[in-house]
Amino acid sequence: MIEIKNVWKRYLDKTVLEKVSLHVAKHEFITIVGASGCGKTTFLRMLLGEIEPSEGEILIEGDRMRNEPDGDRGVVFQRYSVFPHMTVLENVRFGLDLKHSRFLGRSFKRAREDSSKLAGDMLARVGLQRNQDNYPAELSGGMQQRLALAQTLIMTPRVLLLDEPFGALDPGYRADMHELLLDLFKELDLTVFMITHDISEGFSLGSRLLVFDKPRVDPHDPELYGATITFDLPVGPRPTLASIVDNINVKPENVAA
Amino acid sequence: MRLLNKQPGKLGFVMGAALPFFVALLIYVSASSIRLAENPNDKLLPDLSTISAAIQRVAFEPDRRTGEYVFWQDTAASLKRLLTGVALGALVGLTIGVPNGLIPWFGAFWSPAVRALSMIPPLAILPILFIMFGVGEFAKVMLILFGTAPFLMRDVEQRVRELPREQLIKAQTLNASTWQIALRVVLPQILPRIVDGIRLTLGAAWLFLIAAEAIASTDGLGYRIFLVRRYLAMDVILPYVAWITFLAFMLDFGLRQLNRRFFPWYGTER
Repeated sequence: MIEIKNVWKRYLDKTVLEKVSLHVAKHEFITIVGASGCGKTTFLRMLLGEIEPSEGEILIEGDRMRNEPDGDRGVVFQRYSVFPHMTVLENVRFGLDLKHSRFLGRSFKRAREDSSKLAGDMLARVGLQRNQDNYPAELSGGMQQRLALAQTLIMTPRVLLLDEPFGALDPGYRADMHELLLDLFKELDLTVFMITHDISEGFSLGSRLLVFDKPRVDPHDPELYGATITFDLPVGPRPTLASIVDNINVKPENVAA
Repeated sequence: MRLLNKQPGKLGFVMGAALPFFVALLIYVSASSIRLAENPNDKLLPDLSTISAAIQRVAFEPDRRTGEYVFWQDTAASLKRLLTGVALGALVGLTIGVPNGLIPWFGAFWSPAVRALSMIPPLAILPILFIMFGVGEFAKVMLILFGTAPFLMRDVEQRVRELPREQLIKAQTLNASTWQIALRVVLPQILPRIVDGIRLTLGAAWLFLIAAEAIASTDGLGYRIFLVRRYLAMDVILPYVAWITFLAFMLDFGLRQLNRRFFPWYGTER
């Protein structure tokens, strides 16, 4: 679905990424880890269309990607992903409102009721139905991130990009967020790219783990060479006893036979 | 307990706020009585009864020549000029400042020009305004506009640039156009910030108002002060200055309340 062909990103005096090639199928959940300054965020911003590769190309379903963010790719950042001047409901309805009126970016009457209904459902999905009329500042960090997810997913993007979305959250709260994210991932048929600095999150959450690192370093000029994908591993949740039993084809009728 | 941990309490705050004014009044009254004891005709520091008689004369008795209540007429004329000028300044500040901060190609053309414009001392072009627009209301409003708009344009531009880049990206991933981002993401967040900008620029606005009124006018608070200066009428000048101060304070207070009332989310973002 996404084809990344020999992508480089160079700035005047440094190379951030080099020789990045990757093929991603639909409905993969990719986690990205790596030391800071290893181009993870640059990579994500290229997928987002915010910055352009210096060389190489990124194809989405065979088409060359547009060089600006659009509705195909949803995003949740670590912070500032929601609009502080809109209530929770308005934040989620925002994308629908924009579609409804190109000029005013608002919806009225019936359309407004319909989109509020949709937004309400989405909020219930992420467990924020009782906070509809709050402003984001009145929510906890985790609730704000759930709001950001709801706001993005109501537009049904094909690709969801997450830049350390749970980085600022309490470890205990993160588990809840993982569960929610995995449920949404399955339900909405998304393709997910998620940067994390939490290695265990990288291993357990996704279906595929990418490690960014610099394969060569010039000690006199550390920024001469860029980072690339050094490991590309299939990963997944550690199998539980129940899932192993499920997978062994031992069923009462088989045993009886 | 350490001094920095002691809280004055409600009564303490009220008394604390009132004390400096009370002390100033006390000093004035005693200085005035000393001077008047030496020379009962002294005009520099009139006593409170003379001042209140002057207030009675200008505010609550119709003028013998025109039949108008001078004080209120001056207030209305001045506030009209001030508010018109500042409102126009804010409008210009938004219409130039928002695109300057949001759209690189717009900013490339207009941002340096605005910076240059803001270096012109507005009072230096006051004669030009009077020559071009005559000595009527328009020239005075233009001076206030000229005194406030450059600051507001730059302030708005800066505030727009300070909005987190993430928000603009996020809006684009929701398929928002440039116009929609300006209208729905940037403008509503800039409104309370420009209200704060207006609060900062009100002092300059009053300065230019009074300057314009002092030079060419037939009414207004600044006109009156400069008119009665010829007769050393401190009994009129002092209450006028106090009144101007009070009006300026109330405008500032009103704008702050406006922000609290209409933008409850403002100042709480994180």
